[in-house]
Amino acid sequence: MSSPEFVSSPAPNMKRSSSSPRTLFSTIMTGVAFACAALALIPLVAVLSYVLVNGISRLSPTVFVDLPSAPGLPGGGFGNALIGTIATVAIAAAISIPFGVMASIFLSEFYRDTNLAEAINFLTNVLSGVPSIVVGAFAYAVVVLSTGKFSAVAGGIALAVLMLPTIVRTATEALEAVPRDYRQAAIGLGATRIQTTLQIVLPAAIPSIITGVMLAVARAAGETAPVLFTASFNRFWNSGASLDPINLNPVTYLTQGIWEPTATMSRLVFDFATAPYKNQQELAWVGSLVLVALVLVTSVASRWIVRKR
Amino acid sequence: MTSNLQSARKTETIFRTENLNIYYGSFLAVRDVSIEIPKNQITAFIGPSGCGKSTVLRCFNRLNDLIKSFHIDGKIFYHSADLYAEDIDPVEVRRQIGMVFQKPNPFPKTIYDNIAFGPRLLGFKGDMDELVERSLKQAALWDDVKDKLKALGTDLSGGQQQRLCIARAVAVQPDVILMDEPCSALDPISTLKVEDLLQELKENYTIVIVTHNMQQASRSADRTAFFNVVANEKGQRTGYIEEYDRTEVIFQAPTKKTTQDYVSGRFG
Repeated sequence: MSSPEFVSSPAPNMKRSSSSPRTLFSTIMTGVAFACAALALIPLVAVLSYVLVNGISRLSPTVFVDLPSAPGLPGGGFGNALIGTIATVAIAAAISIPFGVMASIFLSEFYRDTNLAEAINFLTNVLSGVPSIVVGAFAYAVVVLSTGKFSAVAGGIALAVLMLPTIVRTATEALEAVPRDYRQAAIGLGATRIQTTLQIVLPAAIPSIITGVMLAVARAAGETAPVLFTASFNRFWNSGASLDPINLNPVTYLTQGIWEPTATMSRLVFDFATAPYKNQQELAWVGSLVLVALVLVTSVASRWIVRKR
Repeated sequence: MTSNLQSARKTETIFRTENLNIYYGSFLAVRDVSIEIPKNQITAFIGPSGCGKSTVLRCFNRLNDLIKSFHIDGKIFYHSADLYAEDIDPVEVRRQIGMVFQKPNPFPKTIYDNIAFGPRLLGFKGDMDELVERSLKQAALWDDVKDKLKALGTDLSGGQQQRLCIARAVAVQPDVILMDEPCSALDPISTLKVEDLLQELKENYTIVIVTHNMQQASRSADRTAFFNVVANEKGQRTGYIEEYDRTEVIFQAPTKKTTQDYVSGRFG
């Protein structure tokens, strides 16, 4: 019941018409967009399923702990390469995370909007565009040639150079996204610049920084070119390394093992996939599967950490 | 002793500015401010937008130092010290002179840690629980939050957040509290709470408040400065103080016609 003071006038035609050119165009474009999205997913699904199908048959607990068997012989695994990958990536992270985060603090908190910061940002972007094989060559020239041997340290340094731009860029963005209000509040309470940064700005940016770091770590773990001729390869355990608690000696590993040629998962896949022996080709597939899983777990874990906070 | 004798007759001033001009680069933002701000009173800055009220306020705790092109000439004295002298550390200044901002800006930490942040910076060694409780009581927030001190400060309502920011400011036991439109983001009821709070706080602190709300100035302030703004031929707007006096004079018997027009709502 409407009150007598109000009347309504006839409505204009607002009915949906499926044959009008506007509606047709909209429907077609929605279809095209959907098809493109599906197409874009095909490579991802194809790669994952191909790796899964080829790798899963040979997957067993022993591949994680055994050494690669000699060419032509059955069995074996890639325990040494797994440890090697973890070690090189850990060395790379230990170098690139402190440098990268400090650099981004400098860029966003102390020299924001200066010519120097612009220049460093530009150079960081240039560095992220340098092909990874060139980074490998650089680490080869600087570390391998000067120490006289391939090592996990050389591989770690190469990967660190590769991770650095990603970490600097994501951490700078994360810090710059922290509201100016927080900084003003802290400064207004008599905090110095460094106190404000360390106690207010950095904690607020930590979740985004972790995401960036994890992305960099995941990418580094899968890189082949930089480790090809820096960490190189080793068919045996490095000194002190083992997945058997009796033979494992962390001290020996950290003092000697990481200075020896080191197998990594990506290099193992590269070598074994092209080997003429069926057993090695199968191991390459399992290695691929494990590598993909490693990267996947890392990114899922980082998201989980971030969401939990 | 002489100062005691003097203060018996005179009101002690906290801030005194002498021919203060404020620039951003070559642009003169505020010109020729010469005012005295008395101790344990509430001084309000009112005036139309862009007249430099906040700019002047932020000179008092040297917060404008964060803006690269900012500089002043003239003098600002805090007690008897020249605030912009070479040997003055702005960090020490801000420890004496607290600030509450327009938008409530609690840290993304717990309520407790928000309050404790300032005292911890200063190396406070006493009973932190007691200090947190006292600060929250002073800000009339204790009853709202006493059971959830570990909750995030950012989860409080807007009015509670602003009172948390006031509690955070008083926790370092400053000499002065500067407030930059502290109620502009608040609803009328929260605004009244903050205004009641101002009256209690002025027992212990000197308060300078920028406000767009003339009723707020007339209700709360002991003294009021009316800022106005003129544009030059290039369109650059420079603020200045049109009139500064006791609040009842500004609102009931101003000497300038523009003040009269502004406080009666005819422009601004």
